[in-house]
Amino acid sequence: MAGAIQTLTTERFIVHRAATAESPLVKWLLITFVLGFFAAFLLLPLAIIFTEAFSKGLQGYTHAFMDPATLDSIKLTLFTVAIVVPLNTVFGVAAAWAIARFEFRGKDLLTSLIDLPLWVSPVVGGLLYILLLGPRHGTLGPWLTAHHIRIIFAPAGIVIATTFVTFPFVARGLIPLMQLQGRAEEEAAITLGANGWQVFSRVTLPKIKWGLIYGVILCNARAMGEFGAVSVVSGHVRGLTNTMPLQVEILYNEYSFAAAFALASVLSVLAIITLAIKTFSEWQTQRQLRLALES
Amino acid sequence: MSFFSNKKHTLPGFKLTLGYTVFYLGIVVLIPLAGLFLKSFDGTIEHFWKSISGPQVVASYKLSFGASLIAALINGFFGFITAWVFTRYEFPGRRIFDAVVDLPFALPTAVAGIALAELYAPHGWIGRWTAHFGIKVAYTPLGIVVALVFIGFPFVVRTVQPVIAELSQEVEEAAACLGASRAQTFFRVIFPAVLPALLTGITLAFGRAVGEYGSVVFISANLPFRTEITPVLIVSKLEQYDYQGAAAIGVVMLIMSLVILFLVNLIQWWSGRRTGHILTS
Repeated sequence: MAGAIQTLTTERFIVHRAATAESPLVKWLLITFVLGFFAAFLLLPLAIIFTEAFSKGLQGYTHAFMDPATLDSIKLTLFTVAIVVPLNTVFGVAAAWAIARFEFRGKDLLTSLIDLPLWVSPVVGGLLYILLLGPRHGTLGPWLTAHHIRIIFAPAGIVIATTFVTFPFVARGLIPLMQLQGRAEEEAAITLGANGWQVFSRVTLPKIKWGLIYGVILCNARAMGEFGAVSVVSGHVRGLTNTMPLQVEILYNEYSFAAAFALASVLSVLAIITLAIKTFSEWQTQRQLRLALES
Repeated sequence: MSFFSNKKHTLPGFKLTLGYTVFYLGIVVLIPLAGLFLKSFDGTIEHFWKSISGPQVVASYKLSFGASLIAALINGFFGFITAWVFTRYEFPGRRIFDAVVDLPFALPTAVAGIALAELYAPHGWIGRWTAHFGIKVAYTPLGIVVALVFIGFPFVVRTVQPVIAELSQEVEEAAACLGASRAQTFFRVIFPAVLPALLTGITLAFGRAVGEYGSVVFISANLPFRTEITPVLIVSKLEQYDYQGAAAIGVVMLIMSLVILFLVNLIQWWSGRRTGHILTS
């Protein structure tokens, strides 16, 4: 980068810098400004979560996880992601294959519709399902009640609402990646006699591996942390429909701050792991692209 | 169906994957959305109009849209500088800080909510300090803005960053050769090129902020007419079993989301046309 080229001749104290770079003073002022913003705005919230979580010592921290209601919430959250993440992963791969490998009418509209849940308020996301499946007011409510199926204010509702909110994550990670990679290698494999499944598992999957892993991890983190939509459909039935974030809310509102932050710290570690995998997967993808260009 | 009819494809699986995509999208997203519209028009038009234009509802729109707009503009400012610093400068720890940009996207909103509430509460690390200057952040509209800046931040940075990275250095060199100062080059060459991406990022941050619930509900006092955002109002309508009212406001919010998505596409179309023009001339 020309901007990075700087020669400092110490004897004469003259700084030659490229015409396309700012003065070092401006540069370091901007860097300091941004890092200060980061410290105050992004790192302090993270710091307070762990400080509060351990405010009653290690014993207080582990004690928070002895609470049966907290344990139930962890179980329900794990149950939810075990269903939601595979469903949205299969959808994401199918959508990415259709959108990134073929040309068809309505492709832009389909891509926008896949993104839609990201821009709908999570509260509205939950509301959709109450109005569709709610026992008394839902469109399908009477039919469900007649067949003794309970979805809203039950774990099934939490699974459905979480599916809606985390619906786009795998797909939107894979689509740009697969579009960038192009379809020449897959076409070569077909010409050489491979069948569809062989092409996907031997050619496409190794290429998109890291993007897929990141999409799955992000979908998982968002599914475990979903609050608004789940809060609306849960009905807050303790021990039955409380997920981890809902339990965090209950503990916080009951002034059990240390316990609330202890549970929140688990979700924060998950978020940090997600970011680490994202950085690593981007690095891997860049390396693959570079290797492909060199060969 | 014209949707599926197309020229012969070399790769297999088109009908299967597209069919499944449309089917799953229909079940999870489209049918429930249609249900919302049907439900909100169950009663009379007057009832619907009353539900979406009551004084408490209008106050919540003003707060939600106002706070989201302010937060999105603040994010535009900080997001642009952050994107610039991370693409143009090399400094120790750059990669780690760059990864941290996405923290608000990965952190559960409720977790962010309680963390921000603790920080900005009158006894909190930051709240104690602002209290010295007589500024109350938590439980006021200012607190809502803080939470919305937090959750919207990654959108601006991640939209602007690739555009700054792809700016051709030659254009800047040409500007410098023609005698432009660095500031002139920035404001008259670089900034106009990045502007569409910046506007897209601000619109995305705004769209995200308007619907936000989890991070706001803790730092806001949620008082009707004063600190009650629209999503909180929907939840309180549901708690009062006013499903019709909740559905009507839900429709308004949904239409807003669609308008924002449309705006983003419009900006991209406009920028594509503009940059296309620059390329051909």
